[in-house]
Amino acid sequence: MSHGVGDVGKLPVRKFDALVVGAGGSGMRASLQLAEAGLSVAVLTKVFPTRSHTVAAQGGIGASLGNMSEDHWLWHMYDTIKGSDWLGDQDAIEYMCRTAPEVVYELEHFGMPFDRNADGSIYQRPFGGHSANFGEKPVQRACAAADRTGHAMLHTLYQRNVRARTQFFVEWMALDLIRDADGTVLGVVALEMETGAVMILQAKATMFATGGAGRIFAASTNAFINTGDGLGMAARAGIPLEDMEFWQFHPTGVHGAGVLITEGVRGEGGILLNCNGERFMERYAPNLKDLASRDVVSRSMDQEIKEGRGCGPNKDHVMLKLDHLGPDVILKRLPSIREIALKFANVDCIKEPIPVVPTIHYQMGGIPTNVHGQVVAPSGDDPAAVVGGFYAVGECSCVSVHGANRLGTNSLVDLLVFGRSAGNHVVGLALPGKAHRPLPKDAADRTLARLARLDSATSGESVADVAAALRTTMQAHCGVFRNQELLSEGVRQVMEVEQRVQRTAIGDKSTTFNTARVEALELDNMIETAKATVVSAEARRESRGAQARSDYPDRDDVTWLKHTLWYRDGNRLDYKPVNLKPASVEAFPPKTRTY
Amino acid sequence: MPTDDSTASAPHDDRRFARLRWRCRRGMLENDLILTRFLDARGEAMTEDEVAALDRLLDLSDNELWDLLSGRADPADASVRPLVASLRAA
Ligand SMILES: Cc1cc2nc3c(=O)[nH]c(=O)nc-3n(C[C@H](O)[C@H](O)[C@H](O)COP(=O)(O)OP(=O)(O)OC[C@H]3O[C@@H](n4cnc5c(N)ncnc54)[C@H](O)[C@@H]3O)c2cc1C
Repeated sequence: MSHGVGDVGKLPVRKFDALVVGAGGSGMRASLQLAEAGLSVAVLTKVFPTRSHTVAAQGGIGASLGNMSEDHWLWHMYDTIKGSDWLGDQDAIEYMCRTAPEVVYELEHFGMPFDRNADGSIYQRPFGGHSANFGEKPVQRACAAADRTGHAMLHTLYQRNVRARTQFFVEWMALDLIRDADGTVLGVVALEMETGAVMILQAKATMFATGGAGRIFAASTNAFINTGDGLGMAARAGIPLEDMEFWQFHPTGVHGAGVLITEGVRGEGGILLNCNGERFMERYAPNLKDLASRDVVSRSMDQEIKEGRGCGPNKDHVMLKLDHLGPDVILKRLPSIREIALKFANVDCIKEPIPVVPTIHYQMGGIPTNVHGQVVAPSGDDPAAVVGGFYAVGECSCVSVHGANRLGTNSLVDLLVFGRSAGNHVVGLALPGKAHRPLPKDAADRTLARLARLDSATSGESVADVAAALRTTMQAHCGVFRNQELLSEGVRQVMEVEQRVQRTAIGDKSTTFNTARVEALELDNMIETAKATVVSAEARRESRGAQARSDYPDRDDVTWLKHTLWYRDGNRLDYKPVNLKPASVEAFPPKTRTY
Repeated sequence: MPTDDSTASAPHDDRRFARLRWRCRRGMLENDLILTRFLDARGEAMTEDEVAALDRLLDLSDNELWDLLSGRADPADASVRPLVASLRAA
C-alpha cells in the first residue's frame, strides 16, 4: 500500500447507483428493493452475507398478524412506546407497527420458512412485553422459524438478492465516508481484505447497515464482528450519533463468555440465586419474579452483586438454577442450553447451576434517520435536516423506534420495515439517469493517513491490549447501574484510552487477509462509539429505560424528554425533541412505566 | 485433497492461513469463541491438511457449524472428523 496522501486520482474508483455497507437483515432487505428496481447496487460486507450477526437472532419478528387471538397494530405501537419509556418517536413507531404485518407477509412470500399453525397461517409465540388492548393481557405476536429465525431470514434475503443480481463485495471493509464541500455523501473508501488494496466506491446514494457495536463492552452477547464501524465512520465524517447512552442488557449471559442463555430457561422454570442460595427476584418483583422484564432482572442482579451477595471467588456473578426441571425438560425443551453451559461455563446444568451476569445485548442509539432511512442532523433551525446522499438502517441507525429500551422482536421488524422503506426512497430518486457528483481531491486523505500510520509504526501499543482496556472501562463505568462518580471517571478513562488508540502498532504488515490490521481499524470505530456512549450517559441526569442512574432514580420528562446528539468534534452534545405526534392516530402521552 | 503423509503433515501456507483466520469471524459468538480458542492453542502448528479441513468446515452456516462443535450433530464428511474432535475439545 503506497498511495500518497492528497491525490485521490491514484486510487481505483468503482461507481454504482447505490452502495449498501452491510449485508445483515437490514442491508439485504434494502439492496433487494434497489436491485429489483434495476439500479446498479453494490453491497459491501466484512464477512459472507449469511454470516452477518442477524444469523444469531432466535426469538422472532414482532407483527400484529392476529393469527393466535385478536391483535392490532395500535396495541403493538403502545407496547413499543411504553417499552421505549416514551423516548421513541411516535411517528416512526406508528409507521413500523402499521407496516410490520405487510413486511412479514412479504418475507413469507420470498420463501421464509415460518413456523405454522394447523390451518397453514403463521404461528406466533408469546414474548415479554407483548400485550393486547394496551397492556391488558399477553398476546402472541412473535413470528419465528424454530429457534433459527435470523438464520432463515438471512438465507431467504440472500437468495432473493442473488436472483435480483445484487453485486456483493464479500470480505471488504468500508473504512471512511466520503463527503464533498456541501456535506453530500459520495461513497466510501474501502479495503479489499484479500489483496490489501484500497479503493473508492462511489455512489449516488450510500446506505449504512453495519449493525451494532456490542463489542465495546467486556460482557457482550454479540459476535466479534460487531465493532460499530458505521458509527465510527459517521462520527469521523461529522455526523452526530443519537441516544448512544441507551444499551440493552440481557440478564443471562454466561459469566466470562457472554453467550446468551435464552429467556426460555426462566420461562420453563429456571430461577436466579445469590451466594446464599436465595431466590432474590422474589424481593424485587414479587409478582413476575424471575420473569420480570429484562431491565428489571438485570438491575436486581447487579444490585445483589454490588451488595456482596454475588457468587464465586470474586463474588461477581449470580447463579441460574435449572437442575430441578429434570433432564427431560432441559434436553427436550431447551435445546443447546446444556451444550452452552458445558462449553462456556464448564458446568453440567442438569446437575449444577450456570454462572450468569447481565450482558450487553443491543444498542438502541445510532446514526439519526427519518422513516425513509435518510440520515438527518441539525442544521440552522431544522433539528432534522437531511444529509444528502446518505441513509442508515438497522441496528446502526436510530430512527428512533426503540427509544430508551427495545421491545423483544422489534429489531428484526425494524430491519425489514426500514430496510424496505429506505430502499424505496432511493428508488424514488431515479438515480440511474443522474450523474455522479465529482469526488473531492482529498476524498481519501484521512483514510490513507490512518493506514500509513499503521504501516510505518514500528513500535507502540498492542491493539488487543488497548481494546481490552476499552472494554473493561466501559463495563466498569457504564454498566447496568450508573452514577455521576462512575461516569465522570469513565469519561476520563475512555479519553485516556483514546490516546492509546492513536499509538497502536501492528507487527504484521502483510497485505493478504491481515486480521491484525483490520482489528486496528475496527478499534478506531469502537473508540468513537465508546466516547459517544459514556459522554451521553454522563450528561443525562435521569433514569429512563435502559439508563439506570442510582443518583437520579426517576424519569424526568420536564428536562430529559429529548434525544441526545453526540458530536465527535469537541466531544460535544446537543439535543433534539422527541416526536410525540403520530401521523394518523392520537398521541400516547408519557406515563409511568410499570409491568 | 492430498492424502499421502508428506503433504498431510506439511506446514501450512501463510496466505491460506491468514484467510482462514479472518474466516473464523462468524455471526454467532459461540463459534467465535471456540474457533479463537482453537486457533490460539493450535493455529501456528496447523498442517496444510488441517487448514484445508477447517476451511471446508467454515463453509457451513453458523448454525450447522455450532451443531457440530457442540456435539448435537456429527459431520457427514469423514475427512473433517478428527478436526471436529479437536475443536470440540478446545
Ligand atoms: C444473540 C442475539 C439474539 C437476538 N435475537 C433477536 C430476536 O429474536 N429478535 C429481534 O428482533 N432481534 C434480536 N436480536 C437483535 C438483532 O439480531 C440485531 O439487532 C439485528 O440482527 C441487526 O441487524 P443489522 O442488519 O442491523 O446488522 P447485522 O446483521 O449485524 O449486519 C451487519 C453487516 O454489516 C457488515 N459490516 C459491518 N461493518 C462493516 C464495514 N466496515 N465494512 C463492510 N461491511 C461491514 C457486516 O459484515 C454485516 O454484513 C438478537 C441479537 C443477539 C445478539
